[in-house]
Amino acid sequence: MLIDYLPILFYVAIAIFFACFAILASHLLGQRKPTRLKEAPYECGMNTYGSSFRRVPIKYYIIAMLFLLFDIEVVFLYPWAVIFKELKMFGFISMAIFLAILIIAYIYIWKKGALEWE
Amino acid sequence: MKLPDIDLYLIAPEIIITVFGFLVLLVDVFAPKGEKKGYLGVLSLLGVAIAFFYTLPLVGTGKTGFVEMFAADGFAIFFKITILIIAFLTLLISIGYAPREGIGFGEYYALILFATFGMMLMAAGTHLIIIFLGLETMSISIYVLAGMLRGDQKSVESAFKYFLLGAFATGFLLYGIAFLYGATGSLYLKNIASYIGSKNLLNHPMLLMSLAFLTIGFGFKIASVPFHMWTPDVYEGAPTSVTAFMATGVKAAGFSALLRVFFTALPAFQPDWTSIMWLIAVATMTFGNIIAISQNNIKRMLAYSSIAHAGYILVAFVAGNKLGTSGILFYLMAYAFMNLGAFTCVILLGKKGEENTLITDYAGLGFKYPLLAASMTVFLLSMAGIPPLGGFMAKFYVFSAAVEAKFYWLAVLGMINSAISVYYYLRVTVLMYFREPEREITGLSFSPAPTLALILALIGTFYLGIFPSNVLSFAQKSIAGLM
Repeated sequence: MLIDYLPILFYVAIAIFFACFAILASHLLGQRKPTRLKEAPYECGMNTYGSSFRRVPIKYYIIAMLFLLFDIEVVFLYPWAVIFKELKMFGFISMAIFLAILIIAYIYIWKKGALEWE
Repeated sequence: MKLPDIDLYLIAPEIIITVFGFLVLLVDVFAPKGEKKGYLGVLSLLGVAIAFFYTLPLVGTGKTGFVEMFAADGFAIFFKITILIIAFLTLLISIGYAPREGIGFGEYYALILFATFGMMLMAAGTHLIIIFLGLETMSISIYVLAGMLRGDQKSVESAFKYFLLGAFATGFLLYGIAFLYGATGSLYLKNIASYIGSKNLLNHPMLLMSLAFLTIGFGFKIASVPFHMWTPDVYEGAPTSVTAFMATGVKAAGFSALLRVFFTALPAFQPDWTSIMWLIAVATMTFGNIIAISQNNIKRMLAYSSIAHAGYILVAFVAGNKLGTSGILFYLMAYAFMNLGAFTCVILLGKKGEENTLITDYAGLGFKYPLLAASMTVFLLSMAGIPPLGGFMAKFYVFSAAVEAKFYWLAVLGMINSAISVYYYLRVTVLMYFREPEREITGLSFSPAPTLALILALIGTFYLGIFPSNVLSFAQKSIAGLM
């Protein structure tokens, strides 16, 4: 029943109380000596120069994503290869279907031009 | 090593959908560039139709396969039929809508097929990982589909919003599954139920946590309050055909997984989730209906109305009896027809670069396009729950289930909500027939495919309203294995 959730409610209440208490206490008790540097949005690190919203070539992302995809495929091949003999025909056909699906994906990205660098 | 038995007939519909999805992708990339690709839609339609005819022989077999991970029981079959009907109508709409809005990619049709596959898997999974895989296949396809209008900022925004919030909600669902596994040591729904029963784990905190997380995860997919925030923005921004698909298909699949997980794995916790779902159902109905009143965009209005409909369905879920559960199945079928029909009308009223989705655009439509206005009226009245339309019977079953289970207040609140909803549905009708048009809407083209979808939706809405007993008795037989 709902009463069983009471400990969770207590836990949430304590968490909220503690968070509020900590912020409030430091707000009331702490001393403040603001300087211009302290009030800057980023206190540390180097100043940025130029706009940070630059265009980045998307090619890297596509190649990285596709690499990941086909890399995982190889990961699946290892355990299959280890017990290939025990799995017999069943394993072979299952894996053939799996690879066929990935080959379709490969043909698709190839024809779409995702592998062309220029 | 003992290898599992493979019965490919059980997953024949899923295999066909997948194969056609790949076929569409391959045909698309090998087709000469720059031509109109209407035939891809026809190819997808063919796939859905074949899958449908491979689903029908499975009715009544009640088999399970793949080490009991996958069920072809009545419950799954009923949902598969509903989902395939939804996919069929969506594709019909898309054949007219996608080229008009410049969605010339074959991926569009392939993704609809993959999403359909995911929904079917969700309905059929009896193992939590299968259900989760289905959910993810569906969700990822839909995230992309929502952003298909690449040049349109609203579409991109809706895809991004849906992706971020959806991924977050999926995290909750997965967390819930993990807790469930941690507490019971199994991911099979049946084993979870028997373990809870044998060890008397009713006060296990991990199970209670997982119950809460599962409610959040599924609640997001079916757009129940308070997990509904994404709905209006996503429904408004996404291409209208995708919105129709989301409002019907995702909801149906979400409810199928919710029902199966809660009724099969966690029936022992029924007192717990009844009290939570009672609140969620009332909040969902009331919130959806009241906000829908103040909308001036028809897509947003239908989005809030879809939230409200999730609330009505939850009423039957709370009732938790046989009538309620078969009522949910019936409701989702009826909702699929009337909602897809309404969205088809919205699509037919627009043209390239001019969507005409403001409610005031509907003023005077009854004189200029009498048939379109009449069908829109039928769908809106059905959603409002006016006999003799499908929506009325659906609501009748849902509320009578609540009465039968002695949730009188819930039924009363549902009926009050239903009465509120009549206002905003009728407002559109009144505008169509009793107001002068505010501006000229001309040059609408009624291409054959969406018109056919409209006719099918009309037939479905009337059929479920006038002869409900056929479908209801089928639904009642379908849930036999579930409860």
